[in-house]
Amino acid sequence: MTFFSRSWLLADSPGNRRQAVWGRRYRLWLTLRSNPLAVAGLVVILLMLMLALFAPLLSGFEPGAQHLENRLAAPSALHWLGTDELGRDVWTRIIYGGRTTLGMVIAVVLLTAPLGLLIGCIAGYCGGVIDKALMRITDIFLAFPRLILALAFVAALKPGVESAILAIALTAWPPYARLARAETLQFRHSDFIAASRITGASPLRIILRHIMPLCVPSLIVRVTLDMSSIIITAASLGFLGMGAQPPSPEWGTMIATARRFLFSEWWVPLMPCLAIFLTSLAFNFLGDGLRDVLDPKER
Amino acid sequence: MLVEIENLRVAFRSRSETVEAVRGVSFCVGKEKFAIVGESGSGKSLTARSLMQLLPGQAEVSADVLRFDGIDLRGASESVMRTLRGKRVGFILQDPKYSLNPVMTIGQQIAEAWREHKGGSRKAAMLAAIGLLEQVKIHDAAAVAKRYPHEVSGGMGQRVMIAMMLAPDPELLIADEPTSALDATVQAEILKLIDELVSARGMGLILISHDLPLVSHFCDRVAVMYAGRIVELLNAGELHQARHPYTQGLLACLPSLRHPRARLPVLQRDAAWRGEETQ
Amino acid sequence: MIEIADLRIAFAGQDVVKGVTFQVANGESFGLVGESGSGKSTILRALAGLNHAWRGRMTFGGLALDARRGRNFYRQVQMVFQDPYGSLHPRQTIDRILHEPLLVHRIDRAEQRISQALNEVGLPAALRFRYPHQLSGGQRQRVAIARALIAEPEVLLLDEPTSALDVSVQAEILNLLSDLRTERKLTYIMVTHNLAVVAHLCQRIGVMQHGKMVEQLSADDLRARRIQHPHTAQLFDLSMTLEEPA
Repeated sequence: MTFFSRSWLLADSPGNRRQAVWGRRYRLWLTLRSNPLAVAGLVVILLMLMLALFAPLLSGFEPGAQHLENRLAAPSALHWLGTDELGRDVWTRIIYGGRTTLGMVIAVVLLTAPLGLLIGCIAGYCGGVIDKALMRITDIFLAFPRLILALAFVAALKPGVESAILAIALTAWPPYARLARAETLQFRHSDFIAASRITGASPLRIILRHIMPLCVPSLIVRVTLDMSSIIITAASLGFLGMGAQPPSPEWGTMIATARRFLFSEWWVPLMPCLAIFLTSLAFNFLGDGLRDVLDPKER
Repeated sequence: MLVEIENLRVAFRSRSETVEAVRGVSFCVGKEKFAIVGESGSGKSLTARSLMQLLPGQAEVSADVLRFDGIDLRGASESVMRTLRGKRVGFILQDPKYSLNPVMTIGQQIAEAWREHKGGSRKAAMLAAIGLLEQVKIHDAAAVAKRYPHEVSGGMGQRVMIAMMLAPDPELLIADEPTSALDATVQAEILKLIDELVSARGMGLILISHDLPLVSHFCDRVAVMYAGRIVELLNAGELHQARHPYTQGLLACLPSLRHPRARLPVLQRDAAWRGEETQ
Repeated sequence: MIEIADLRIAFAGQDVVKGVTFQVANGESFGLVGESGSGKSTILRALAGLNHAWRGRMTFGGLALDARRGRNFYRQVQMVFQDPYGSLHPRQTIDRILHEPLLVHRIDRAEQRISQALNEVGLPAALRFRYPHQLSGGQRQRVAIARALIAEPEVLLLDEPTSALDVSVQAEILNLLSDLRTERKLTYIMVTHNLAVVAHLCQRIGVMQHGKMVEQLSADDLRARRIQHPHTAQLFDLSMTLEEPA
């Protein structure tokens, strides 16, 4: 059993690989921790995740329960953020909506980041025809405007969370491929990669074990910074009615259905707006902090 | 006396500790060729750069005496330093690739350096630039003036750096490992060139290098640095009679064509060479 | 054991190596000396299989080599690079770096071999799980040598292994290389621009100038100045002048 104490992590001469790896991660964490904005971002994101995960425990109401006699009520002790146009508790819908939005975002990232990384690394390392072919494919997908593609998808399939995820994923992966390729090109001709080749390692092994780990830090930074735009895209799709379908709560949809109340019962559209804003901002702060921690100085 | 330094200390303060990279260095340089020799980490580059306040922001410099031509440089303002840097004290660094502007032709850069310090029309400056290129023994100076830095070899790039540095007619030249990135034949030529120019113009030279025998051929006096201190100061011609074990060790551990040995003597570092640690 | 015949290598249309021929016998130590641009490193990298664009003939152990090298070749031939700061993977511990050749060639008893390798190159076990940026230049070069030797090759290609090191560290590394060669009966092909270093470590020397091998001579001949080509003489005289303090 390892004992994750501070002295174990910061030991000068680690005794085994796990200690070395965790020691390095701990040092990175210490650097991140000294950046107050990044920490604030991290705290907000964790808070949002907790709220989304434990939504049933944090609210006594059902997200879809309508109480038409109590519609558009102002925030009160009973309804913390008031009720919407169908009398549904806004706080409940926000935290359940967080599940949808954050879930969509995580699904998109899990689909696109590994794919983009792999394609970019292969293109960068192999060069030649493979590189050209993969990059042309990347260019094609990069040229599609996200929302238009989403609308086309939805026209072809049915509107819903799955279509939205697929639509966003299809246009989100090209920047990661390009980033991975640029990083790979930097390392491709370095001596340590030449040393790996001379060890007799196959190209696949070199890409997977030696090059991809080097691209991951930049990718993490990029993904974190992209989160905010993915959230906004998901919300935009919801706003257009292309994302989660009613009565399923989703922040974008909530804004769309309540926008006519902006100047009277302003809390109804504004709360989901604030949720999107805070989450995006938190990801941006965290991404900036991660960039300072993970980028070039380490090399 | 061009340069007077006494008890120079350079420290780097980080979150957890303070590291003193230069610990009480003292020397004087007149119109002569002075070499500072040491291995990596000895503090030789920092010493030279501290004279011109060219250290990174977090470095803390202190000295009892730090003078150039009688001017006290401790805490001197940036405007005072600007009158000295380039104008009265020239600097040559190791790799011309990083010091030359890649998007301007060589002639343009030298002409600009000329005009910066001496004024005059563009045409006059360009003519002066070509003249300087000829002074650094570049054949076909007019053609080279039209080339870009990436189009010339390392040795020629270094000559261009020297020409640029000479434009304002400085009194002192600080050369930080000017030939380390060059081949042996080119190294010798460049150092010979620096030697001749410095003598002809009556300049002082501070040459920083890791190559002890090499500098002894081109300099008058040599200071050997180890762990932030000068452990020995002697005349170039007297290296055979070096007394400090570090200097002797440095000379002994070089492989030699004249004296083949099966095993090279290895430097046994003595903790005593670090001298007293200061708080 | 290694034969190079009429090797020609071109970069971007220009000939960098123009018909070089030499042989290295089993257990011998051969040096390629010359200035930058003479093509010496290019030859070494082509021999190591890092460069495919060569013409001519290269033979290893009697078998002709083609553009690709098999894993078997790399079991027998290894390389040490010039830059200790660039030849180790920045995000892998020393342990992982040394483990890699063992994984690729599926060699057993990894744990034992790794600690033995560290011992042989004079590195303390405390460094085993550190990262390259935590080691000095000399220590990194020792790791590079340990990595090259851990799979027990017969031939070591050395690309200016001490050029980037301090003079005192260079002496230690040269001694180490010398000792290892005697202990393991290795064949060395070393590239360097330093005549004193090559004469110290190599028995025979090939002098390169502008892509051609202008002379081949023994280290003893070099020291005694039994030289035929003017370029060799020029390098020799310069080295002799500059190696002694004034």
